[in-house]
Amino acid sequence: MATADVIAANRLTKRFGDFTAVDAITFNVARGEIFGFLGANGAGKSTAMRMLCGLSTPTSGSGTVAGYDIATQSELVKRHIGYMSQKFSLYGQLTVRQNIALFAGIYGLKSKEIKERCQALAESLDFTKEMDMPVAILPLGQQQKLSFSVATIHNPDIVFLDEPTGGVDPITRRQFWEMIYKKAEEGTTVFVTTHYMDEAEYCGRVSIMVDGRIQALGTPSELKQEYHARNMDEVFRRLARKAQRQ
Amino acid sequence: MRNSFTAFIHKEILHIIRDPRTMLIALLIPVVQMVLFGFAISMEVNDVEVLAAAPEITPAVEAKVSQIAHNPYITFKGYIATEDVDRAIAANEAMAVVVFSRDYGRSGEAQVVVDASNPVTAQTSAGYLTQILNGTRSASAPGITILYNPQLKSAYNFVPGIMGLIFMLICAMLTSVSIVREKETGTMEILLVSPIRPVMIVIAKMIPYLMLSCIDLALILFISKYALALPLSGSLAALVVTSLVYIILALALGLFVSTIVDTQMAALLVSGMVFIIPVIMLSGMMFPIENMPLPLQWISNIVPARWYIPAMRKIMVEGLGFGYIYPELIVLSLMAIALIAVSVKRFKIRLQ
Repeated sequence: MATADVIAANRLTKRFGDFTAVDAITFNVARGEIFGFLGANGAGKSTAMRMLCGLSTPTSGSGTVAGYDIATQSELVKRHIGYMSQKFSLYGQLTVRQNIALFAGIYGLKSKEIKERCQALAESLDFTKEMDMPVAILPLGQQQKLSFSVATIHNPDIVFLDEPTGGVDPITRRQFWEMIYKKAEEGTTVFVTTHYMDEAEYCGRVSIMVDGRIQALGTPSELKQEYHARNMDEVFRRLARKAQRQ
Repeated sequence: MRNSFTAFIHKEILHIIRDPRTMLIALLIPVVQMVLFGFAISMEVNDVEVLAAAPEITPAVEAKVSQIAHNPYITFKGYIATEDVDRAIAANEAMAVVVFSRDYGRSGEAQVVVDASNPVTAQTSAGYLTQILNGTRSASAPGITILYNPQLKSAYNFVPGIMGLIFMLICAMLTSVSIVREKETGTMEILLVSPIRPVMIVIAKMIPYLMLSCIDLALILFISKYALALPLSGSLAALVVTSLVYIILALALGLFVSTIVDTQMAALLVSGMVFIIPVIMLSGMMFPIENMPLPLQWISNIVPARWYIPAMRKIMVEGLGFGYIYPELIVLSLMAIALIAVSVKRFKIRLQ
């Protein structure tokens, strides 16, 4: 387990009443991989991600994250993952330093380690006086980069990114992806959902969900070949057109 | 996980300090309410304007009128002619007129005419005047001994009521808003993905408001004792214990609200309408519960303040201790335990 798959989903299903949000999805993600999780709105991406994060229990099927069962060991799962949601979710009133200290503290880091991480983050994000400014007054791009740094403050095995670059300018997106690559090189597995098809090209492998099922899974070049498409955008359009539900 | 818990409490305290509005609500409202209710708003009837009407001013009439004029609650405005009584009342020249008959003091009588457009003041003014007219040594009047609040000060009645109101306001409203705010901004999701346990989130949210409430309790007691001159002769331990139980109950109510609403606005409305108004209407703070129709009396039993406020009166005004308030204390404790159990359970279900 330790070497191969960090995420393993086996016929993972979530039903809400009659509605099957996620329909028996099966896939594996290897350590250090950047895995793109694509799908139109309502395709079931968020529900699947919530199950993997231990926020929601599967109706049937099983899955492991970082080697722990998502249904029975969700508390252990939570200790080994980082999560960044599409909504900006640091505390705007608190300063950068206070936010870092809070989340580092929540993940059980010692105060000495927290100080070191603060220092390291200040350097890597090129923050100086920003460290003691309320997060709310930073530009959106810097906020998102900070969110990512905070989500990975405890060096998790896996980091889940839910549409992390929404509303961010192209240059900042580029820089953001450089941060993702750097983290992946350090051995952190990156599980990312996105709407931008150019970003899908940056991923090691992508899956495309349609109506709760995984319709396509492979490296971007494999998928482009399979669907005779010039880019990921075309692949996505071809699959998403078949969607029954909105 | 101790570190994560303290980090979280630290953050909650920072939130409160960073948000001057919260501090203002929590610390200024109690003081303002105490001062308002203690000094400005009063159920006592003062300055009753009284006229006297008599066919002729005999020594007997003069003696009575001078008694009336010397009463601290009454302002004597002078004599008018007997046929002017109706006109004087209609023209708002006085609240009441004492009409003496021709041979008052020997066989004649006196009559009190009072303006009852406000029944409360009318009744009280009539009461003052009857007492004076009957004289203290009248054989037919029963001797009245007023216990606990001999001057009938309204502050004695209001302070326990304000306490019931303020703790509900601060604890229920602020806690529910602070939890719902995290839902609104999306930070709650991040917290739920983190290893910190939901129960710990809840407790960490409550602790700063518990501390604020304790400051408020001290503030209220200080004002009661030194500004409003309440006797506070009862058991201090009973007062603090009962108040703490009530505060925890209010915190649990706030948590409960946060599990049923999703926006700060809704949280404010629910805590305002559903919690504050019953405290004022159904707790006995303003209106005696005994006078309510039976169904309202039954409903009043589920209003926590209906148990807290009488207990506070017993301790603060009557000077009693645990021995007399244990029924209220038991009811409040049971309510608190039940609410915490339900809310924590609901809070967990929301995660699914």
